[in-house]
Amino acid sequence: MIDFLKIKSDFPIFKKNPNLIYLDSTATSLKPQSVIDKLIEYYSSYNANIFRGVYKISEKATEEYEKTREIIADFINAKKQEVIFTRNTTESINLIAYSLGRKIIEKNDEIIVSIMEHHANFVPWQVLSSEIGAVLKIIDIDEEGYLRIKDKKSRKINLYEIITKKTKILALTYISNVLGTINQIKKIIKSARKINPKIIIIIDSAQAVPHIKVDVKDLDADFIVFSSHKMMGPTGVGILWGKEELLTEMFPFLYGGEMIEEVTIEKTTFKRTPYKFEAGTPSIAEVIGLSEAVKYLEKIGLENIKNHEKNLTQKTIKRLLEEFSGKIKIFGPKNIEDRGGIISFTFDNFHSHDIASILDNENIAVRAGHHCAMPLHQRLGILSTVRASFYVYNNEEDIEKLIIGLKKVYQILKK
Amino acid sequence: MNIYTEIILDHYQNPRNFGEIKNPTSVSEASNSVCGDKLKIFILVENKKVKDIKFSGVGCAISIASASLITDYLKGKSISQLKKINKDFIIKMLGINLGVNRIKCAVLVGEAISKLKV
Ligand SMILES: Cc1ncc(COP(=O)(O)O)c(C=O)c1O
Repeated sequence: MIDFLKIKSDFPIFKKNPNLIYLDSTATSLKPQSVIDKLIEYYSSYNANIFRGVYKISEKATEEYEKTREIIADFINAKKQEVIFTRNTTESINLIAYSLGRKIIEKNDEIIVSIMEHHANFVPWQVLSSEIGAVLKIIDIDEEGYLRIKDKKSRKINLYEIITKKTKILALTYISNVLGTINQIKKIIKSARKINPKIIIIIDSAQAVPHIKVDVKDLDADFIVFSSHKMMGPTGVGILWGKEELLTEMFPFLYGGEMIEEVTIEKTTFKRTPYKFEAGTPSIAEVIGLSEAVKYLEKIGLENIKNHEKNLTQKTIKRLLEEFSGKIKIFGPKNIEDRGGIISFTFDNFHSHDIASILDNENIAVRAGHHCAMPLHQRLGILSTVRASFYVYNNEEDIEKLIIGLKKVYQILKK
Repeated sequence: MNIYTEIILDHYQNPRNFGEIKNPTSVSEASNSVCGDKLKIFILVENKKVKDIKFSGVGCAISIASASLITDYLKGKSISQLKKINKDFIIKMLGINLGVNRIKCAVLVGEAISKLKV
């Protein structure tokens, strides 16, 4: 048994802010002491640029940086050379759209996304489609926030009305950052490949990798992308995993130092993946720090994390409906097994920013707005929602604080 | 600090000048990209004075209260006084301390007013 009450003491932010109720891990997670220590270790013990140096501390930094690549590869069951460090999920997706999308998409080809995508996995495809004259198809959701991909009769996944032979790319989120819906990615991928074996499948796993076990071999996607800062690692690091054959064929994204094999006045040849995609000095300290985040995640265990979040989510939904029935509307699947630790809601006709401001007065950090998913809010017919999300350092006390905070909101804003 | 003072809540719960003007001299609109809120301002000018001013739209308590307070202030005032409405003026009028993220809500009305053709 993991003592989740004790876990809080691993996060120094609670020492400086003892009353903080942090319910915004979907935006970014807090960092444990071990990750912070690792950053300091690099800066104070072997601060040097990587690859170029032939002296000891540069070799040490290079070794730590490459060790992190291995740790990430093991964590998601990938090959080391398939793991590329970018700045964030957004950059990883833009890299794919630029380096592969531009190469393979032709006029009238289809790119498929869903209505629940974060702007990071929507806008790059929308722009690419409109530039090339391709067709952007958008998978809709049902009333509960599930993708509309099931056959009405058999309730099995049926993509025949969505994916065709003209579909070149399917870019889909694993877990919605608003609805919390966990999409049945493995089944969707299998079913998509049956219809069109040449399809390229990109899974935005920014909300998945920090919370559930992601095995790239098992899923059989072509690309998996996520951000270090949402999995208790430092900011400034994104991960792009891709199948080696595809990475090898792709254009580089940025040109410059570190990514070249040889430059002559006439021409340049590039290194192999992953180095071809890591131009310039990367976020060295932050990549190295990420290794500690993975160790921390593995120490607690993803299965434990998932159960902990499920427990908190279930209790929170129950308490919200008990206390504010008729006034609160919670989005996303009713079946707790199908959702992550994310609860977006509207409360009476109060504006999300007013709710968040009043909760902030009570030291409760929630997010208000469209959460970078404007098409989804448009689809839901609302301008904005309030979002509370959970991670390892949250506990049941936070739920009761949230309830008390919302009672205060009601007191202040009711007409 | 509590930004939901009595004045703010009063103007949010009972906004003054909420609605539209049938024959306005000018109409303008402003929106807040952070939350999608939109305010529309209608003005009727006579003899270089604000004969009537109304607003409509959706917004948070801060943006509604701010629009209510500012339109109330402007009624009967001269156009030159209307042109003096700016961020500092609005914040002073609201009398609350807003963080960087909420200031936009308060000044939305000012942005709409600055777009009026008067
Ligand atoms: C589902 C999803 N995709 C992409 C992103 C973008 O992540 P980043 O801002 O780290 O690029 C987020 C973060 O909010 C997200 O929740």
